[in-house]
Amino acid sequence: MLTKRVIPCLDVRDGRIVKGVQFSDLRDAGDPATRAAAYQRQGADEIVILDVSATLEARQAALETVRAVRRVLSIPLTVGGGLRTCADAEQLLAAGADKVAVNTAAVDRPAILTELAEAFGVQCTVLAIDAARVADGAAQWEVVTHAGQTRTGRSAPDWASEGVDRGAGEILLTSWDRDGSRSGYDLMLIDAVARRVSVPIIASGGAASADHMVAALQCGADAVLAASVFHDGEFTVGDIKQTLADAGTAVRR
Amino acid sequence: MIVDRVTIVQTNVANMASVTAAFERLGVQVVSTDDPDQIASARCIVLPGVGSFSAGMQRLRSANLVDALATRIRDRRPTLAICLGLQLLCTNSEESAGIDGLGVVDATVTRFPASCCVPQFGWNEVRPGAKHTLLKPGFAYFANSYRLANVPGSWSVSFADHGGPFVAAIEDGPVLACQFHPELSADWGRELLCRWLARCASEVVPC
Repeated sequence: MLTKRVIPCLDVRDGRIVKGVQFSDLRDAGDPATRAAAYQRQGADEIVILDVSATLEARQAALETVRAVRRVLSIPLTVGGGLRTCADAEQLLAAGADKVAVNTAAVDRPAILTELAEAFGVQCTVLAIDAARVADGAAQWEVVTHAGQTRTGRSAPDWASEGVDRGAGEILLTSWDRDGSRSGYDLMLIDAVARRVSVPIIASGGAASADHMVAALQCGADAVLAASVFHDGEFTVGDIKQTLADAGTAVRR
Repeated sequence: MIVDRVTIVQTNVANMASVTAAFERLGVQVVSTDDPDQIASARCIVLPGVGSFSAGMQRLRSANLVDALATRIRDRRPTLAICLGLQLLCTNSEESAGIDGLGVVDATVTRFPASCCVPQFGWNEVRPGAKHTLLKPGFAYFANSYRLANVPGSWSVSFADHGGPFVAAIEDGPVLACQFHPELSADWGRELLCRWLARCASEVVPC
């Protein structure tokens, strides 16, 4: 049977991994290729690189990061961040990405999802959604873009559903409220989106323990993504998978 | 004889980089081409593939590669087909009605049942068929919405389960066709590529 995936995420700026709460207060967390290789040895099922560079020049440098990671990585690599066109995607895929994640560009111009799916296949096309609760406690989420600075007013579950109809083969679902909070994934958000789409969902934002990951997988996520938990060395991917297996979740061992 | 070079069919769609990197890590030189003569004569061919069945076949037709590929597979010459590459060997696919495949595997590609999470993204356990000599039990990385339910004929067939059994790989001598991505299947995939290269080395006849 298909196993659940554990995915370390590398937020990369200027060729280095950075970490911080909601992308402010960024701190250096190492070399991407070295980290990616280490996570692979620990049993990571996939690696996600999100390029959080602000400038065009830095984005070109990100291609070199993707090449360096690809050279050492024999598991799937998803790359996102700043991607606007099919030509951008083609560059990332040629550099060694297996999938590309598109976020703000898809909100601005949803047709890009169809273009990516037609050019490279739905299995290459990941829709990244940053979702924030409309009000504390309310089971309603709106899509936010531009690193959280723009609230679109668009319902996140509706957008996920539309994105899949347009060609997304996977949803990378980040809770903007929980990101960096260490309070666990937004389980209601995962459940709300899982009810609307049949493609895999990668849960993101808020993970601080294996228990958080078990909960997300039980709520309909097919994969769990985390960054700081792994970068800080609190847990290895192997530790997390052991706990998942003990909880009865099918994982690759 | 050691295989120190493989030739990848240049399909102009994604995933060339991952396949290339996997072979380079094994110390094997990778060249890519869409020249029919080179693909007919190369010692070891890799047919990668992502994207749709119709786009893949259209690409093979426009580059005039259909005969070269079909012939070398019928002749059981060293060939590795990956993901869509496996599906292109078949008669046709539900994904693209009315489009003929290479027709060297007498089967129709069908979509996973509606009850499944589709696309299948992730690691699934492969159960090697009794006759399989290249595949070992283990986890392989899959990324597909369509698959073969079974394959007739002389092929040795390995299965995995996603909404019921489906074909994970088929093998006949130095011809290996995988629904999964060996280049993305960590150490298990690396070891499979090594065994395939060793098989190719033992089977290669000078052209």
